[in-house]
Amino acid sequence: MEKDQEKILNEVTQGDYKYGFYTDIETEAIPKGLNEDVIRTISKKKNEPDFLLDFRLKAYNHWKKMRMPEWAHLKIPKIDYQDIIYYAAPKQNPKLKSLDEVDPELKKTFDKLGIPLDEQKILTGVAVDAVMDSVSVKTTFKEALAELGIIFCSFSEAVQKHPDLIKKYMGTVVPYSDNYFAALNSAVFSDGSFCYIPKGIRCPMELSTYFRINAANTGQFERTLIVAEEGSYVSYLEGCTAPQRDENQLHAAIVEIIAEANAEVKYSTVQNWYPGDKDGKGGIFNFVTKRGICKGDYSKISWTQVETGSAITWKYPGCILKGNNSVGEFYSVAVTNNFQQADTGTKMIHIGRNTKSTVVSKGISAGRSNNSYRGLVKIMKNAKNARNFSQCDSLLLGDKCGAHTFPYIEVVNPDAIIEHEATTSKIGEDQIFYCNQRGISTEDAIGLIVNGYAKEVFNKLPMEFAVEAQKLLQITLEGSVG
Amino acid sequence: MKELSIHREEKFDFAHLFNYSEKINGNISPYLKDVRLAAADSFSKTGFPGKEDEKYEYLSVESLFEFNYNYRFIPEIIHFNIKHVFNCDIPTLKTHMIFLLNGFYYGGAQQLSELPGGIIYGSMMKAMEDKPDIFRQYFSRSTEMGNDGLVNLNTALARDGFFIYVPDNTVLDKPIQVVNLILTNKELMIQPRNLVILGENAHIKLVICDHALSKKKSFTNSVTETFVGQNSRYDFTLIQNEHNDSSHINYHFINQEKGSRVDTNSISLHGGIIRNNHYVKLNGKGSENYSNGLYLTDKDQTIDNFIFVDHAFSNCRSEQLYKGVLDDRANGTFSGRILVRRDAQLTEAFQRNNNILLTEEARMNTKPQLEIYADDVKCSHGATVGQIDEEAMFYLQSRGISEKNARLMMMYGFAHEVINRIHIDALKDGIAELVYKRLRGELAKCDNCAIISS
Amino acid sequence: MLSIKNLFATIDGKEILKGIDLKVQPGEVHAIMGPNGSGKSTLASVLVGRDLVKVTKGEVTYKGVDLLKLSPEERSLAGIFLGFQYPIEIPGVSMVNFMKTAVNEHRKTKGLDPLSAGDFLKMMRERKNLVEIDSALTNRSVNEGFSGGEKKKNEIFQMAMLEPELSILDETDSGLDIDALKIVANGVNRLKTSKNATIVITHYQRLLDYIIPDKVHVLYNGKIVKSGGKELALELEEKGYEWIKKEIN
Repeated sequence: MEKDQEKILNEVTQGDYKYGFYTDIETEAIPKGLNEDVIRTISKKKNEPDFLLDFRLKAYNHWKKMRMPEWAHLKIPKIDYQDIIYYAAPKQNPKLKSLDEVDPELKKTFDKLGIPLDEQKILTGVAVDAVMDSVSVKTTFKEALAELGIIFCSFSEAVQKHPDLIKKYMGTVVPYSDNYFAALNSAVFSDGSFCYIPKGIRCPMELSTYFRINAANTGQFERTLIVAEEGSYVSYLEGCTAPQRDENQLHAAIVEIIAEANAEVKYSTVQNWYPGDKDGKGGIFNFVTKRGICKGDYSKISWTQVETGSAITWKYPGCILKGNNSVGEFYSVAVTNNFQQADTGTKMIHIGRNTKSTVVSKGISAGRSNNSYRGLVKIMKNAKNARNFSQCDSLLLGDKCGAHTFPYIEVVNPDAIIEHEATTSKIGEDQIFYCNQRGISTEDAIGLIVNGYAKEVFNKLPMEFAVEAQKLLQITLEGSVG
Repeated sequence: MKELSIHREEKFDFAHLFNYSEKINGNISPYLKDVRLAAADSFSKTGFPGKEDEKYEYLSVESLFEFNYNYRFIPEIIHFNIKHVFNCDIPTLKTHMIFLLNGFYYGGAQQLSELPGGIIYGSMMKAMEDKPDIFRQYFSRSTEMGNDGLVNLNTALARDGFFIYVPDNTVLDKPIQVVNLILTNKELMIQPRNLVILGENAHIKLVICDHALSKKKSFTNSVTETFVGQNSRYDFTLIQNEHNDSSHINYHFINQEKGSRVDTNSISLHGGIIRNNHYVKLNGKGSENYSNGLYLTDKDQTIDNFIFVDHAFSNCRSEQLYKGVLDDRANGTFSGRILVRRDAQLTEAFQRNNNILLTEEARMNTKPQLEIYADDVKCSHGATVGQIDEEAMFYLQSRGISEKNARLMMMYGFAHEVINRIHIDALKDGIAELVYKRLRGELAKCDNCAIISS
Repeated sequence: MLSIKNLFATIDGKEILKGIDLKVQPGEVHAIMGPNGSGKSTLASVLVGRDLVKVTKGEVTYKGVDLLKLSPEERSLAGIFLGFQYPIEIPGVSMVNFMKTAVNEHRKTKGLDPLSAGDFLKMMRERKNLVEIDSALTNRSVNEGFSGGEKKKNEIFQMAMLEPELSILDETDSGLDIDALKIVANGVNRLKTSKNATIVITHYQRLLDYIIPDKVHVLYNGKIVKSGGKELALELEEKGYEWIKKEIN
């Protein structure tokens, strides 16, 4: 850890978005715009079964009737949905037998991002599915996992090899009609990850998806589906970056998790999409629907997210606590700087008896950014003895940013105990002075204090991710104090 | 006035009502006329707030208007002795009392009274005629007013209510008490409009009692504007004690200048549907606002408290404490929003909403919200929905107190934190007694209504 | 007065008491000692009827009545008092109102009229003096914001008000400095008569220097493993609980 700390401090001294490079790689893309033909083309390119094309078309027809939601505390510039490329894929040999066949440029790209695709070089204990511009390029450790009966592959591959599982679970947690962006994704999604943990199996390594937007003018629409059968366990990580561009790019993903009885799924995200430059130009619009269902008794779903990137973030990872004694958790650190806007939080829907949920949200706003927590806790009629505890803290760095808290609590059951607490504060001058007196610069002191503030959430992340997250936090806040 | 003495009642129909209202306006000031026209225009465009308006997410306003109420433009002449009809719940409280009957000033002709120090209080209708300058300065000048359909409806149509004007450097000894009575044998919609103005360094206490004396269905859409000048103090207590067939939407816009302090206590004891809209604008440095609320609901009652506190200047402090007990099939909502504007540094804002649900059918929605744009602030909010603490129940029972009494004691203890914030001792004790009775189920409606029993 | 026979009890399905036998006569002071987790507080909970403890076997009779069938308040009215190890804070409920209600419920059971406000306040004053409790405390909400010592004194004050026949003092000495300990012990001693009995539950011998027990019982692993006179407490203090554990195993 000592060494990590040192590394972090070194990293902090240089500080712009370091994933902003662009890889010049041959890309296969379809023309801009969205209509039924585009959807048919995507489906055809991916050689999809009819049920999937049907699903896409239904979603598209539903989407056409919908309007973009306006309730969030966000200023969203008008998005021209006809000016987006809905399918772009790095051109490569369609069937990869070994790593040698992966385009060396691609490999280099992921190496540069710190995600080597070569299994020997990979951090032990992490299997990676690398997704670039909507298409999965390589999944590592697939064979080792297969021996346990675990399926971990790209969504497209799952559609080909396990259509029954896809048909059974896709859209059951997030129906295509759920919201505007979910409908859009359901119509045009290109790829993503699929993960299936059979009954009683504890997945021995962290499963990870790494999302990279590379091509210009494209939208990224991936779907992740995780199914944890009875008594199984999996920890899943998601990371993302994009090149630095002047125009905004759209990312509208869906994540669905199904946890059967006694199963546990941990889903961790370090979101580091390009946030735009210091003047608010460019950056990713991140509109994501993430939801898990604790279907069986004693199941547990835990969301941990560190949100540092994106120009606009709109996401509310939620849990439907259907099984009795099921548990939902949400731990979040959202940092916004410059002109970034975030409206993020969670939804905890208590349906089963003795269900418990915990929400810990730490918002940090700097620059001219706006950072909102928005969360719903809903206790349904039969959710006897439901418990929720929510703690939402906001930290303001500077006087041009905003920090907002919008909790919604709906209770229809007298046995429920719901507690929500929120505070908004700034870093105490005495704290900074104390650090200064011990020889720590103000910038470093803020870094230390902010990290301490977010620690409760970082502790929930797998080790490697926690280090990464800590670094990111400091980089994001660089230059936020004058 | 002569041509207004037609005895006329109308079914609710806005265009019709407004046209009729304009015809009988009499010698109304041009400013007032403009304000009413603008409000009518705005209402015609927006109508009532619907479900898509987040402020009204949990309450259907439209359904309140589905019923055909009678609507009056001039006071009805009812011959009775008010002293026979109304016994104050808190007889020990000595006050300057005004009655409003069905939304109109009661006491012969609409009139204004004067107290030592130049305090003027009485009928709003009379004040509109006599004090055009004051109206130009204050009437309908609260921000946030124009955005709400129901406020516009009130502005366009309201004719009477109460008016209080307190000049600079005036401190009133006794509280002013406004008793709002509803006494009717027809289904009635009423729209009182009230205006309270405090100059600088003034201090008054105001107590409002809402009573429905007859069992007929009623719908009140009342709007009160309050302006509190520099370094003034204003203590306000509202006691809502109507019945299960009454609906009451109540707007209170409080505008506070530098160094002022306002304490409000809203005690909701009975009412079919009660919606309190409480807007506070801290419009000067160093002002303080303490808004407290207590709601005790049962049967099929609905209570919906909406609070918006706008910290527009630095060094201000606000606290909101709202607590409620929901029994039977009662339906409760609390939305509280604290806005701290960019320049409102050194703000302290705290908000808390605690609820106890007693049955399977009761429900509570709570939305405590913070919207903060200044960094050097101390803000927090908290909300809980739960039950009576079983540990504490056991402790009481282990001392020999019966379960029923222990429960009552716990509920009373829960409510006490709000009651304790009332600054008028006689009123505090009286309300404590009322709450205790209410919790014991003894505060039957029309308890003090002589007309029903006679 | 109190007779416990072969008592077994569980908390959350876990067996805590595993066959307790105990007889208490009027006028006696019993001390129950034992290491942490031996079941002392569980025993107290059973006697006052906390529902998180489930009695699975055995019987408890109090003055000839099956105690286990009574509700917590019926037990209180029958003369049983528990000095809580962790007295509960009840915001908003004033001490005066709380005690007045309790005292009058007790009077009602005895067929007496409720006390007038004046008589009640007089009684409060007297009993406060008896236990040397700061008079300001009774003007506040029940236990709210009280220090640890104040809470314990408040328990003894309530005991003085309710005049129980059987008092169970659960770790009343924990968290008390020596002066507070003396005040609490003096209060207990002053309330002692030939008709009432006291069960003192404690971890340390210290309290027993001030409240002299007639009998001392050692509770270990859910059973009374040793009983004796007051000298047993001193022996325990000297040799420690390890001695008992060794002796049993």
